[in-house]
Amino acid sequence: MIKILKYSFYDLMRSRWSYVYFLFYLLLGFVLLFLNNELSKAVITLMNVIIVLVPLIGTIFGVMYYYNSKEFTELLLAQPIKRSSIFLGQYFGVAGSLTMSLVLGLGIPFALYGLFESNAIWDFSLLLITGAFLTLIFTAVAFNIALSNENKIKGFGYAVLAWLFLAVIYDGLFLMSLIVFEEYPLDSFSLVATMFNPIDLSRTLILLKLDISALLGYTGAIFKQFFGTNLGLVMSICMLLLWTIIPVWRLSYVAKRKDF
Amino acid sequence: MGKISVLVGFFLLLFGNHLWAGTITVCSSCEVKTIKEGIAVAADFDTLLIKKGTYREFNIQVNKPLTIIGENYPVIDGEDQGEIITIVSNNVTLDGLFIINVGTSYTSDYAAIRVVKSENFLIQNVVLEKLFFGIYLEKCKNGKVYHNKVIGDAVDEYNSGNGIQLWYSQNIVVKNNIVQHVRDGIYLEFSDNITIENNISSNNLRYGLHFMFSNDDIYKDNTFENNGAGVAVMFSKRIKMLGNTFKKNWGTASFGVLLKEINDAEITGNTFEENTIGISIEGSNRINYSKNNFVKNGWAIKVRGACYTNTFIHNNFMYNSFDLAYNSNLNDNIFEENYWSNYTGYDLDRNGTGDIPYRPVKLFSYIVNRTPETIILLRSLFMDIIDFSEKVSPVFTPDELVDAKPLMKKIK
Repeated sequence: MIKILKYSFYDLMRSRWSYVYFLFYLLLGFVLLFLNNELSKAVITLMNVIIVLVPLIGTIFGVMYYYNSKEFTELLLAQPIKRSSIFLGQYFGVAGSLTMSLVLGLGIPFALYGLFESNAIWDFSLLLITGAFLTLIFTAVAFNIALSNENKIKGFGYAVLAWLFLAVIYDGLFLMSLIVFEEYPLDSFSLVATMFNPIDLSRTLILLKLDISALLGYTGAIFKQFFGTNLGLVMSICMLLLWTIIPVWRLSYVAKRKDF
Repeated sequence: MGKISVLVGFFLLLFGNHLWAGTITVCSSCEVKTIKEGIAVAADFDTLLIKKGTYREFNIQVNKPLTIIGENYPVIDGEDQGEIITIVSNNVTLDGLFIINVGTSYTSDYAAIRVVKSENFLIQNVVLEKLFFGIYLEKCKNGKVYHNKVIGDAVDEYNSGNGIQLWYSQNIVVKNNIVQHVRDGIYLEFSDNITIENNISSNNLRYGLHFMFSNDDIYKDNTFENNGAGVAVMFSKRIKMLGNTFKKNWGTASFGVLLKEINDAEITGNTFEENTIGISIEGSNRINYSKNNFVKNGWAIKVRGACYTNTFIHNNFMYNSFDLAYNSNLNDNIFEENYWSNYTGYDLDRNGTGDIPYRPVKLFSYIVNRTPETIILLRSLFMDIIDFSEKVSPVFTPDELVDAKPLMKKIK
């Protein structure tokens, strides 16, 4: 598995796309800091980018990589290698290189602007951790979709739809249900609904660090009790882990049984 | 030579005599051992010099014009028995005392220092601890409360008192005081022409400053930080709030300032930072808001209704989650030439103001007003999309509520 992981990783490195991705974040980081010149504000702007772009790029990249390396995968399948190693190796190769581009691309400019002396370091690390999780989750989802769809167009369509659903439509439905049922106590419902969407969960986690004054108003009590404490943080991280593990597990499960 | 020495001798005699005759020293080894005794033997306009030590006394009544000065902060311990000092005479000065253990009562408001129906008093450099009420001015006039420190240990609202309380008082100056951990830091009721300046009121259970039915007052350069609910200003006219700082009032029902039934006020040069709500306005008319800074609040301004002819000019709105929440479709208030950090317009003619108007009320803030739980969707992409569409063609938010001339640069 490690060998295939390495191969996928270097393949991506050679293909230049991870550099483009890396340079994009590097540029973004520098431009944001140049314009804001203050770490904590740059972190807020960055959050919007991470919440939207990271899942999108993870999804598109995952699907693209899977379809592109299909011939190579078939070649590998003919060899005496465990199937789960082939697919998991490829998956971790892609997700790993994307995560690395993200972390380094954003980390370098922020570190140069004095992140380590600033108290924004925890917000920033949380941002990077959720960013890394989102990459892992959405690449895994993309691999799953690609694995289940032989047709490339269909696969792409579903992948983009999955992103669109979690990033936009889910919130729309969430909002509608909150408004429709506004007569009822909705605190626990909104907590649970947040937990079920990795994008919402990451957003809430980061927001509670940044926009705390708004969230503390009104409904604050229950959110603060939950997300504000260490238990909430641990629970949220566990939820993100679960969101990573389940698609990865399904990937290896389906890959083992699939007739190529 | 001879003349001068006679003159000097005369002056020495005059002042020395005056000082000596008018000063009564109180200490544990002196002739006069308690403060009560000192007051009893003193003549009008005498000075009571209280030496360092602990005096276990309460219900001390100052009924003649005296100057009571503590040397190196003598402790007056009320042993939780009741009120400690009550001033019922004009022209009294209290200086440099350390008063602790005021009694708690549910039927009468025991205070560390109470001034009743007196004029021209001065209370300064007094430290109050373990108290029920701190300094209580009742039907007083022309007094000064300077440079005192009130540090309470209030836990529950129902059995704690206020730091500095003014009731039916006039022309009082409250300056450079520090009030902490009491119920309401500074409380005013039916008190007119009061100046509250340079005080720091923080960590109080309920309000940092609370006033009702008090007109023509000036609040200047005070700091109100981390109070249970912030500052509440109610049912008053012609108030001036200048250069105050309202900070870190967080909580489900917290605000920097609550304005309720306030008319003809002026709110200028204040800073509202990191409050759940910067200013919450209800039934307040003809108020001028200018040169205020609203920084990193949940809601910079929340207008709850019945607010007419207010003007918001030259304010900075920076990095607030919501700049303005408005619960009606009717708008009679003017927003002009403010700086909004959320403004995304441009200034092609380079006159310093944006070419397209800024709409401070977002659809999302309208939705959150209706269903508070939706706050969980703050900064989600979906919300940005519907906010954008609302911005392009307003349906739910007041149509005419715009800042037609948003500034491009922040006001210094």
